[in-house]
Amino acid sequence: MADSRALYQEVILDHNKKPRNYGVLEQPSHHAAGHNPLCGDHIEVTLNLDGECIASIAFQGAACAICKASASMMTVAVKGKTRTEAETLIHEFTDMATGKLDLSGDHHIGRLVVFAGIADLPVRVKCAILPWHTLRAAFNAVENMSTEAEHDPMHVTIGDA
Amino acid sequence: MTTIQTARKTQATPVLDIERIRADFPILKLQVNGKPLVYLDNAASSQMPRQVIDRLVRYQSTQHANINRAVHTLSEIATNEFEGARRKLQHFIHAREEREVIFTSGTTDAINLVMHGYGRKFIGRGDEIILTTLEHHSNIVPWQMLAEEKGATIRVVPINDAGELLIDDYEKLFNERTKFVSVMHVSNALGTINPIKQMIDFAHVHGVPVLVDGAQAAPHMSVDVQDLDCDFYAFSGHKLCGPTGIGILYGKAALLERMQPFKGGGDMILSVTFEKTTYNTIPHKFEAGTPPIAAAIGLGAAVDYLSAIGMDAIHAHELSLLHYASEQMARLLGVRIIGTAEHKAAVLSFVVDGVHPHDIGTLLNEEGIAVRTGHHCAQPVMQRFKLPATSRASFAFYNNMAEVDALIAGIRTVQKVFL
Repeated sequence: MADSRALYQEVILDHNKKPRNYGVLEQPSHHAAGHNPLCGDHIEVTLNLDGECIASIAFQGAACAICKASASMMTVAVKGKTRTEAETLIHEFTDMATGKLDLSGDHHIGRLVVFAGIADLPVRVKCAILPWHTLRAAFNAVENMSTEAEHDPMHVTIGDA
Repeated sequence: MTTIQTARKTQATPVLDIERIRADFPILKLQVNGKPLVYLDNAASSQMPRQVIDRLVRYQSTQHANINRAVHTLSEIATNEFEGARRKLQHFIHAREEREVIFTSGTTDAINLVMHGYGRKFIGRGDEIILTTLEHHSNIVPWQMLAEEKGATIRVVPINDAGELLIDDYEKLFNERTKFVSVMHVSNALGTINPIKQMIDFAHVHGVPVLVDGAQAAPHMSVDVQDLDCDFYAFSGHKLCGPTGIGILYGKAALLERMQPFKGGGDMILSVTFEKTTYNTIPHKFEAGTPPIAAAIGLGAAVDYLSAIGMDAIHAHELSLLHYASEQMARLLGVRIIGTAEHKAAVLSFVVDGVHPHDIGTLLNEEGIAVRTGHHCAQPVMQRFKLPATSRASFAFYNNMAEVDALIAGIRTVQKVFL
């Protein structure tokens, strides 16, 4: 049995209390909203791509500590990275959260390793990956924008409640 | 066919021997995360005493066959036990006749049965259905589906800040287009006990039938459908120490007779040709296909168990748990109880400043404490209180004061982590 107390360690609690890059960018090149209907978590990600580089990124929303800290640390991790690098990290983070990433192998997880324990808490996995899904939705949003909420590619829903 | 009278209870409420009762529940001996299980998610599903588990084993080991079909011995025994369970449920809710008790798969199924069987036949364009802000999604969505299909309208009774229905507003909703009222007896999200007898009386003055969603009431207090005079009463077995997959719809015989069947199939017919099918009499008209026989018999054993303890004694003990827990929680700084109705069942919804309910749920689980976190399938209630979610401790008669203390200590621990 996993010790979920271990998950609520200093760094996660700190990012929950003092989230980095918190807010909304004005006139972002990319944005998306992510929603977990199961718990009502809601995250909005805005970012500016300068060529391939993520020049600025911000998030805001109402969410649990795991989700908020994950979003905060995500913005820190991908800022200044290229879109391709960020997409690799989205992939690796999702794999780590679902227990599919070999942490002893090659990866770019770095400090995000504090979320590794989430894999042992299946009901909380969605909390941790919601910001990353939302970032992916933001990247993909520009090509096919829609005004219909139901088919809005900028709106990602996680969960089945 | 048995006919029973409503008996008035005059005996004093006995004090329960909780430790002896707890010994009946094998699961309460579990350790979770190295701590004794403190199970406070009874509003979601209750636990099963060994008397019910043993009954399921006995049925499955020595009595099982399909019912209402064959002439062989086992089929006759299974049929008798199944119908015997129906009579136990009839007595449990004080229904006049056993044919007024229909086995469903649960409360949701029972409400859907009434929506299809009664609603689709008797509710039409421009008609109005009254629901309340407190309703569980299962008592909202079926009626929305009906309203959409028929062009009917849903009217909603509002609540005050304590989570109590505004009865004046309820009464003002009635007009000549009002065709149905569907209201929960006890709120699963807030614990409010609604004044359903008064609401039923008022609806009947206007000739409007009332369905009561009793999912959170039947396990916790004595229910007398004749005294309430409700037209329909629905509840689930698994919240009542019984198995999942079984529930009850009580309906007045005269109404059930006029309704169309919900599901078609075997058992619900008298004769079938390709030209015409004649439906069976009630309750069988509404019980198509092989029912969950074992679950029904298990539920019968569950109401035997509860009745032996006494529903009034159960209610009294749960209220003492609620009062103690509410008092203790009110002393915690930064903790707010959501739902402070004067008449409440043992449901305690709460929020903790600066801590999301999901984090509370995960950290309490670390202490072996099971609570529900989320919107409790009652999103309109959450919207009313402008909350995305709450944490909810819901008690059963087998909970004790030490478990309340564990909950309070657990919340203190959560607060320390997030300090």
